[in-house]
Amino acid sequence: MTAMEPIAVETTARPVVPGSGRVCDTDRPRLARHVRLTFSRTRQRPVLLLPETVVVLNGSGAAILQHCDGRRTVAEIVAELGARYRSVPDGEVQRFLTGLVVRRCVELNRDHG
Amino acid sequence: MDSPFGLLAELTYRCPLACAYCSNPLNLADYTDELSTEEWRRVLTQARDLGVLQCHLSGGEPLLRRDLVEIVATAGDLGLYTNLVTSAIGLTRAKAEQLRAAGLDHVQVSIQADEPARSDRIAGIPSFRRKVEAMAVVKELDWPLTVNVVLHRKNIDRVADVLALAEEVGADRVELANTQYYGWAWRNRDALLPSRAQLETAEVVVRAARERLRDRVDVIYVLPDYYSQYPKPCMGGWAARQLTVTPNGDVLPCPAAASLPLPRASIRTDPLEWIWAKAPVMTAFRGTDWMPEPCRSCERREQDFGGCRCQAFQLTGDAARTDPVCRLSPDHAVVAEVVRAANAAERPADLLLVPRPHRA
Repeated sequence: MTAMEPIAVETTARPVVPGSGRVCDTDRPRLARHVRLTFSRTRQRPVLLLPETVVVLNGSGAAILQHCDGRRTVAEIVAELGARYRSVPDGEVQRFLTGLVVRRCVELNRDHG
Repeated sequence: MDSPFGLLAELTYRCPLACAYCSNPLNLADYTDELSTEEWRRVLTQARDLGVLQCHLSGGEPLLRRDLVEIVATAGDLGLYTNLVTSAIGLTRAKAEQLRAAGLDHVQVSIQADEPARSDRIAGIPSFRRKVEAMAVVKELDWPLTVNVVLHRKNIDRVADVLALAEEVGADRVELANTQYYGWAWRNRDALLPSRAQLETAEVVVRAARERLRDRVDVIYVLPDYYSQYPKPCMGGWAARQLTVTPNGDVLPCPAAASLPLPRASIRTDPLEWIWAKAPVMTAFRGTDWMPEPCRSCERREQDFGGCRCQAFQLTGDAARTDPVCRLSPDHAVVAEVVRAANAAERPADLLLVPRPHRA
């Protein structure tokens, strides 16, 4: 089992106004409609494609997003990644997802609206 | 040198509209020998191999290309995220359904103002109602919709109503872009440049709308660089992230770069990979080595990349100078004078606009 590599994000997006708040453990994240998770052969990196924006990820980021189906909670995703990687740094997944919510790549199903 | 993320495919410069703020080149006649479907297929394939992930289909009006559906399908098959930038004239339900089936990912529709009379006056033809109808079709077919509005002196006062319209049509994004002065817009600059008071009012409206629409509409506001302290980070750096292919196959770092005195590079004579890496039009201002002072030693040089080369050329005759909109530029007085004139009490109320022709 390997340690999870640090989650890397580079984006071509314009700077955004932070809004919607932090992701918490009970949120059920999913890729926003119209966002495509795919792989760039040239860069050998997973990428998110949106209107006017490309977000370049690494393996860890893509692994998290592959679990974001709108049903699993953040806590469940962290647990599943914990079973796959030796260590998942505390709060990293939440921080990563919060960044993508701000960029409108990820939306949250929230039980208590 | 990085791989480009985006390809701006300018399929044609023909257009049903005649907007005076158009950034298409003045010499439209030089672009009438348009690439064939097969040549576009080659461009898209080579772009994908070079690392391009997004393809923006623009013009002119891309719907005037009879092979647009085929071009979209090709881009989709190559795995590119496709984005249609259109006036919506010609975006009938039947055409929209064909494009949907071909895999088009996203549609951007331009409007010129929030209501028919003004929008049609700026566009030069009756078009507003068709645009609103087309936007409804875009939403019905479950595409993400961006509403694009180029802002200038004759419509910026309507920005609140424009935002209300965007909300009403169900836009996912709205891009409010202050005019960039290239091509026809450069020619019409003095008539288009808004006053400081207009801009300040608009900014308050935009800020409030952003807050109000936060969870529904992504509001993008492109600042007018003549009024900025520092230049825009043009294209994220010269030939760094994007490339443009013009209707006749010329390859450029951005559409305005055709105006610079650099040797042409064409997809008709050279492979895209070579052009991106080696053609003088790409290498001329790549990175920071070309920079003069005050850019060279400026701590913002990796932030705004010296601003826009085309603007530097227009305003000083030398593309390698600091963008004069920068307050640190030795040529800043040129811009300050234009801004002063736009705000002067003696400015005539209505300067005449030269419409761009529909075709060469």
